[in-house]
Amino acid sequence: MTEPLAFPPKKDPQKRSTTPTRPPEARSRASLALSAAAAEGRFALQVCDECQTVQYPPRDACVSCIGTDLRWTDVSPKGHLLAETTVRTSTKLFFRERAPWRMGSVKLDVGPVVLCHIHGDCVRGGAVKLLNRLDKSGQGVLIATPLERSDHMEDDPQLRALSAHPKHRRILITDAWNPNTPALAQALLDAGAATVFVGEAESWRPHPNRDILAKMANVEVLPLDVTDTSSVQKLAGEIGGKTDILINNARFLRPGGVLSRGDTGFARDEMEVNYLGLMRLAQAFGPGMCARTADGVNSAAAWVNILSAYALSNTPDYGCFSASNAAAYSLSQSLRGEFRSSGLRVMNVFVGPTDDDWHAPLPPPKVLPQGLARSVVAGLIDGLEDVFCGDIAKDIRDRWQQNAKVLEREMTFGSDSA
Amino acid sequence: MAKPRQSYEGVAITAPFSMPYQRYSIDTAHWWIAKALRGSLDAAGLKPNDLDGFSVASFTLFPDSAVGLTQHLGLCPRWLDHIPMGGASASVAIRRAARAIQAGDANIVACVAGDTNHIDSFRNMLSSFSRFAQDASYPYGYGGPNANFALLTDRYMQEFGAAREDFGRICVAQRENALRYPNAIMKKPLTLEHYISARPIADPIALFDCVMPCAGSECFLLMSEDEAINRNLPYATLGGAIERHNAHSTDDIQLRGGWTMDIDELYTMSDCTPNDIDLLQTYDDYPVISMMQIEDLGFCAKGDGPEFVRNHDLTIDGDFPHNTSGGQLSAGQAGAAGGYIGMVEAIRQVTGTAGGTQVKNASTAMVSGFGMINYDRGVCTSASILKTGVRVHD
Repeated sequence: MTEPLAFPPKKDPQKRSTTPTRPPEARSRASLALSAAAAEGRFALQVCDECQTVQYPPRDACVSCIGTDLRWTDVSPKGHLLAETTVRTSTKLFFRERAPWRMGSVKLDVGPVVLCHIHGDCVRGGAVKLLNRLDKSGQGVLIATPLERSDHMEDDPQLRALSAHPKHRRILITDAWNPNTPALAQALLDAGAATVFVGEAESWRPHPNRDILAKMANVEVLPLDVTDTSSVQKLAGEIGGKTDILINNARFLRPGGVLSRGDTGFARDEMEVNYLGLMRLAQAFGPGMCARTADGVNSAAAWVNILSAYALSNTPDYGCFSASNAAAYSLSQSLRGEFRSSGLRVMNVFVGPTDDDWHAPLPPPKVLPQGLARSVVAGLIDGLEDVFCGDIAKDIRDRWQQNAKVLEREMTFGSDSA
Repeated sequence: MAKPRQSYEGVAITAPFSMPYQRYSIDTAHWWIAKALRGSLDAAGLKPNDLDGFSVASFTLFPDSAVGLTQHLGLCPRWLDHIPMGGASASVAIRRAARAIQAGDANIVACVAGDTNHIDSFRNMLSSFSRFAQDASYPYGYGGPNANFALLTDRYMQEFGAAREDFGRICVAQRENALRYPNAIMKKPLTLEHYISARPIADPIALFDCVMPCAGSECFLLMSEDEAINRNLPYATLGGAIERHNAHSTDDIQLRGGWTMDIDELYTMSDCTPNDIDLLQTYDDYPVISMMQIEDLGFCAKGDGPEFVRNHDLTIDGDFPHNTSGGQLSAGQAGAAGGYIGMVEAIRQVTGTAGGTQVKNASTAMVSGFGMINYDRGVCTSASILKTGVRVHD
């Protein structure tokens, strides 16, 4: 049984913080599809179109018939442990600092033999289920876990290293005004977060979330205006060194495309909050978080952007808002590259229309705050990079992955004139 | 029906030379290879220009290969081979070079293996070893070969009831042999107690199950028997040689190697049986692999390896002389030269030139190779049987 993870002792500023190091990042191009599947939390392997042989390690040609049409397909992750070892020394600093490290080989029911990490609750020779998770280098890796869930299973050090679990972590939610903030804060606390900081713009104005947040234990509301560089820098100066997860839910939204607006006023606001706000936060909080990714139990783990699913493909009814989210999405990809060497993960949560005033003219389904909060927490626990929240977001993802141009046509049908 | 393999008759293997190993070296693989090549040429009274065949095995030549070495060393071969097969290199090199001699493609072939070992060489070599290792092995604890062989050892112990003491017997006997081999890196006696209580590396593998990476090089020459006799050189002949790659690929985990596919043919070609083998040189990157070879080469049944080592004395003067120069476990692992250490020693043994490690009246030696953990198992296997051609002072 996994020992519950103890709350970390207060940090001694005289002591060296462990420098961020990473497991090996290099992969063949074929292998990157495993990382892509892990980014969405899927267990997929290549299957030969011609002879149906399941392949591993990733190949460019089938091990059984040399066919070259190998399709990444979700397959059963079940198998049993063939052999195991505990690595006590490594030439790679990441593992050297974390030794001993349990690894082994698993025979999958679908055929291949897989070398993988082993969860502490797996028993010798026992049945296991593999998870495909992103490691600190940002690449997909496989970990064997017991078939049955056990208490505190997520606290296993090897599994926790593959997640951004909120437990014992200190988390900043950037916008107290957003209707989803109380649900997000509650879900994070329920998942074991130590503290939830909430940024609040225009503190002099009343808003319904303030009373709710004030009543929640371990929530601190602090001034933060993402359109104001000095405000962002001031808060980073106060809590930047103890922000382990940052959830940027700040958002400015008005309906309308280009022609339905008479000027660029709202578009400026959308860019100020949705795009430049993200940039200001990243410039102020990013370096500090990147320096703390190996800092023990409450190390910096993830940067979360709540984005509109229309960041992937514009919906003209909210055309300018979609554009600002597309800009933020693109910026998040830059941040992925810039954060990569530290191991800080960028998780984008793509959300369909939310249940609020500005989306009132749209028919259901819509995303409720609780649903969004569940998606965010689950994504952090599973260490995902891309989370699609709500039926509409998932629908857009499927269409976008299948054919982005076809989706564009679907999104931009004109209405017939009389 | 496949055509039967032709005999390796008429080929002489001679002028074995070992450069004494060093734990770390500031010299390059080129330097080490040049040293060993010169050693063999001097032993045979030859000049570099006399060579017309050249076979190289090395991991640390990068960005050069055998091609770059020809220009670097001023050689002009008409037959050139580069054997990137690590521990399986020697028997593969000898097999191919022998065919070149028989066919007249070359008159004198030098087979050389060598590597340097800088402070960071081993780490660098690991990081670019193979695509499958990069994609699917290193991300899992980065234990390198230690972790892979720990898994094989773990499974072997479960499957066949081997105990750590059984592997220890192999290591302890080899250390005893190494104390009689002046070039061995390890010079302190090893007891079974030391072996058992050593620092764990990757369970169940502990410190004395692992080889010590070092710099070194090994070389020998092939020519026709007539040529060797004319030059008055002691030499070995080649009874047979086999190589096999990616055998038993559907086995879940490696408990046997490719030798099993070709071993009967090797004995038939060499006109002998396991009982006729005076000494065995296995590839010993880890003792479990030596045990596997003892089984797969026909000295005992699969799974009887542990009992075999309990009932035999593996030292030079014992009833089953094994890795008489101490093997890599005690002499050190000089990269690809680790694939040659047993071969060069075997040539010395059957030509009566092994000095302190000489097995009395050794006339038939078996050399076995194993190499290249591409992902979860060694892919290359090889073996050969050497016999006395002309012994020194015969």
